[in-house]
Amino acid sequence: MKKQWPLWEIFIRSKNGLEHRHVGSLHAADAKMAMENARDVYTRRQEGVSIWVVPSKHITASNPDESGELFEPSMDKAYRHPTFYDLPDELKHM
Amino acid sequence: MSNSLENLEQSFQDRIDRGEKIEPKDWMPDRYRKTHIRQISQHAHSEIVGMLPEGNWITRAPSLRRKVALLAKVQDEAGHGLYLYSATETLGITRDELTEQLLAGKAKYSSIFNYPTLSWADIGAIGWLVDGAAIINQVMLTRTSFGPYARAMVRICKEESFHQRQGFEIMLTLCRGTEAQKQMAQYALDRWWWPCLMMFGPPDAESTHTEQSMKWKIKLKTNDELRQQMVDQTVPQAELLGLTIPDPHLKWNESRGHYDFGEIDWDEFWRVVKGNGPCNKERLEARRKAWEEGAWVREAALAYAEKEAERTAVSAAV
Repeated sequence: MKKQWPLWEIFIRSKNGLEHRHVGSLHAADAKMAMENARDVYTRRQEGVSIWVVPSKHITASNPDESGELFEPSMDKAYRHPTFYDLPDELKHM
Repeated sequence: MSNSLENLEQSFQDRIDRGEKIEPKDWMPDRYRKTHIRQISQHAHSEIVGMLPEGNWITRAPSLRRKVALLAKVQDEAGHGLYLYSATETLGITRDELTEQLLAGKAKYSSIFNYPTLSWADIGAIGWLVDGAAIINQVMLTRTSFGPYARAMVRICKEESFHQRQGFEIMLTLCRGTEAQKQMAQYALDRWWWPCLMMFGPPDAESTHTEQSMKWKIKLKTNDELRQQMVDQTVPQAELLGLTIPDPHLKWNESRGHYDFGEIDWDEFWRVVKGNGPCNKERLEARRKAWEEGAWVREAALAYAEKEAERTAVSAAV
């Protein structure tokens, strides 16, 4: 099969002070083209002030079939949450 | 036998029933995957082919204001096609395969785009009616069960409302213009009304995909429900324009709380779906031409990128 332009994941910071968020993906021959296409495709209405483009092949994703084992360690640690601690009602705002 | 296919399918259905979204790497029944590849790519192709009838009027828009709006709308449609192709690709099919399916006539696109845009009023009618119908369908799809599809729909719906408003504004301007302009708007409505009602697909009784699609929450409303919604919302808009919807049977039904409307010509629908509409050949030909004539650009860009990468690697090694 013919070679295709690689896939890129696009992240946009909507305004300074906020994080970059994943908005979608696109194909482009290189990073410069990915950047230009991301500008045209994902920021036509002032959706962002900064763009990251990342080759999709460089993303390592967790396996949903292993989510159980992966996230199990945090399941039984209620003491990591503030509501775990019994404090008197008189103590406001803590 | 906790891993049997039946159990997997049952737990998949349980997730859907609980309202969970399905993401690309999750296990899914093969038919769920295939149905989505078919449906989302069909939707993507519709956006791309849908650029053609409107593109026809960009150079002849009656004012600069209309021209920039139409250009922006057609550009949005390219973007919408891209969001949808990307969503389809998460299911394990390549962009080239999708394009090839379209060009080979194996994949469908919305039949509405096989009708010609004969006058400027058609651009108004498309924005008002075709985009109006699309929005009804797409608002429903923002809640569909497959995550990437639902997210693409949220983006698209946000952008689409300008499309419908610019269309209605074109119609309104014509209807408040000369007698000839109003006549042109009426003719456009006459030609686009029925094909727009067909956009929602065959009646529920004959729709082969509806039942399974509802079960998997791919669709949340049936074709006939969506069609009724379209009629109910459009009648008062036509009244506002002072236009007549070309249906002698159209009548408010007090007991149903909906408009009754006439019989749709399903023979016409199937004729156009099967490739014999007024513009089927022209549309596919235009797509094929763009694909073939762009081939050298795609190859050259890739060759350039590879060469640059090599050069960078060499200079890093030195």
